[in-house]
Amino acid sequence: MSLEIGLRLSRGDFALAVEACLPARGVTAIFGPSGCGKTTLLRAIAGLEPQVSGRLRLGDETWQDKAHFLPPHQRPVGYVFQHAVLFPHLSVRGNLDFARRRCGDGPGPGFDEVVELAGIEHLLSRATPNLSGGERQRVALARALLTAPRLLLLDEPLAALDRQAKAELMPCLERLHENLSIPVLYVSHAIDEVARLADQLLLLADGRVEASGPLMAMLTRLDLTLAGSEEALAVIEATVSAIDRDYHLTRLAFAGGGEGRELWLPGDHLPVGRKVRLAVHARDVSLTLRPPTQSSILNIIPVCVDALSSSGPAQTLVRLRAGEIALLARVTRKSETALDLHAGQALFAQVKSVSLVE
Amino acid sequence: MPTDADIAALLITLKLAGLTTLILLIIGTPLAWWLARTHWRGKPAVEALVALPLVLPPTVLGFYLLVLLGANGPLGEHSLAFTFTGLVIGSVFYSLPFVVQPLQGAFAAIDRGYMEAAATLRASPRDTFFSVVVPLARPGFLTATVLGFAHTVGEFGVVLMIGGNIPGSTQVLSIAIYEHVENLEYARAHWISGGLLLLSFALLLMVYGLNRRFKVVGP
Repeated sequence: MSLEIGLRLSRGDFALAVEACLPARGVTAIFGPSGCGKTTLLRAIAGLEPQVSGRLRLGDETWQDKAHFLPPHQRPVGYVFQHAVLFPHLSVRGNLDFARRRCGDGPGPGFDEVVELAGIEHLLSRATPNLSGGERQRVALARALLTAPRLLLLDEPLAALDRQAKAELMPCLERLHENLSIPVLYVSHAIDEVARLADQLLLLADGRVEASGPLMAMLTRLDLTLAGSEEALAVIEATVSAIDRDYHLTRLAFAGGGEGRELWLPGDHLPVGRKVRLAVHARDVSLTLRPPTQSSILNIIPVCVDALSSSGPAQTLVRLRAGEIALLARVTRKSETALDLHAGQALFAQVKSVSLVE
Repeated sequence: MPTDADIAALLITLKLAGLTTLILLIIGTPLAWWLARTHWRGKPAVEALVALPLVLPPTVLGFYLLVLLGANGPLGEHSLAFTFTGLVIGSVFYSLPFVVQPLQGAFAAIDRGYMEAAATLRASPRDTFFSVVVPLARPGFLTATVLGFAHTVGEFGVVLMIGGNIPGSTQVLSIAIYEHVENLEYARAHWISGGLLLLSFALLLMVYGLNRRFKVVGP
């Protein structure tokens, strides 16, 4: 099943023209700078922008085309607004019941399941104006889930939250990702959130689709703005293969990695066999022609240069392959010349820092 | 002490104010909702029409209503002048802004986001109006009800023009006072005037006390 989008809107000096076909499974992040039309696109999908023209289909259901415009209350979407928008005249339970009463006992997740997933059992009788930002978002998420949506739309649910509240909501979104099979469109301008949650990525710029595809491939595409940004990173899926109890380190093996293609991560709390997601920033990867023997850096991986791209006047971005995974390294042009970097070259990547994102 | 005639005037006044307020809430709510949401170019003209009774001498309104409702008007022998029904019609026009304006203000102050959230929770526009808009506009409804009621209780000119002064039928308190003064019955005028003063103050105190944050239109 897929979500077919062909939507256009012109409003003042802003124009949205999005053509995309997204797989309706997992989490698709809609990513781009502020003002690129991410939220407008999400609102258009929910039917909240009546001036938007074009077509929109989820699976074999047409929500919008030349002749039809399904009003928002008839579209099977769940929407979590950036500022939660809980009804102030209803308690937390009242807000949840608002959704539940109108959607009957559909095929969606049950009340108890949703309340547990959002971790809001203790809030049910509270008045909504007294909730913290993180609590509000969790209630809003639970309320949206109770409509038994066939598509869940999240509009930067973390953007208005402080660090602490983000830390509360993130696990909740991850449980959602793991436990429910509802496809999610997730609007964000924070690459770390995307790296943590998304399976697919739709890149927007100036109201148009720059590119779309699987997360890991998109992050390491040198022709996209993502790889060009200061925060450029690669995401690797790996499995915990061993724990070093003496030094409190975790060894992670990644797909297609052979001898020496493993990563060490500080900490020893993960069980062996657990699948995890790792983020490796381009700025934390350096290159060397021979494996260093006396280095404090633990993670030294044999890699092959895949492609190079200029990244400003002084720097070059290098895409590396290690088995099936791709990494990015940002090096100076001076180093590029000194090492004579070229596609197909075998060398070693020194990874200064790896972070666990899931 | 108030006489039977005064009691009758009180009952007519309360009945008139109650009925007028009820009718105004029924027609004023959709009108206010439309005014709060429309971008139609003619909206200022409608708003000005609604507000006219705020500035017009009640006798002007009363005069036109008399022409319209009287025996020489289009209704002919079914004339509503000098009847209770005629009074209700006059009061509805006269108190219209006192109901529509607070409601319009309350509706306009509701963040559209709540209505959008309701729509994404499968509430139809009608459902959203009753389950979200009305509860959120409660202070506006309270203000509209009290002002509509109190202002009708206090009306004089319109009633005099189209209702006359028929005891037991169209004589309301404000006119009873006038008549007492004309007849130099100051003690009886005091009773009613004092009572109306207290009632009006109590009603306004309730509005301002309950909706401190809400803006109230003044007469």
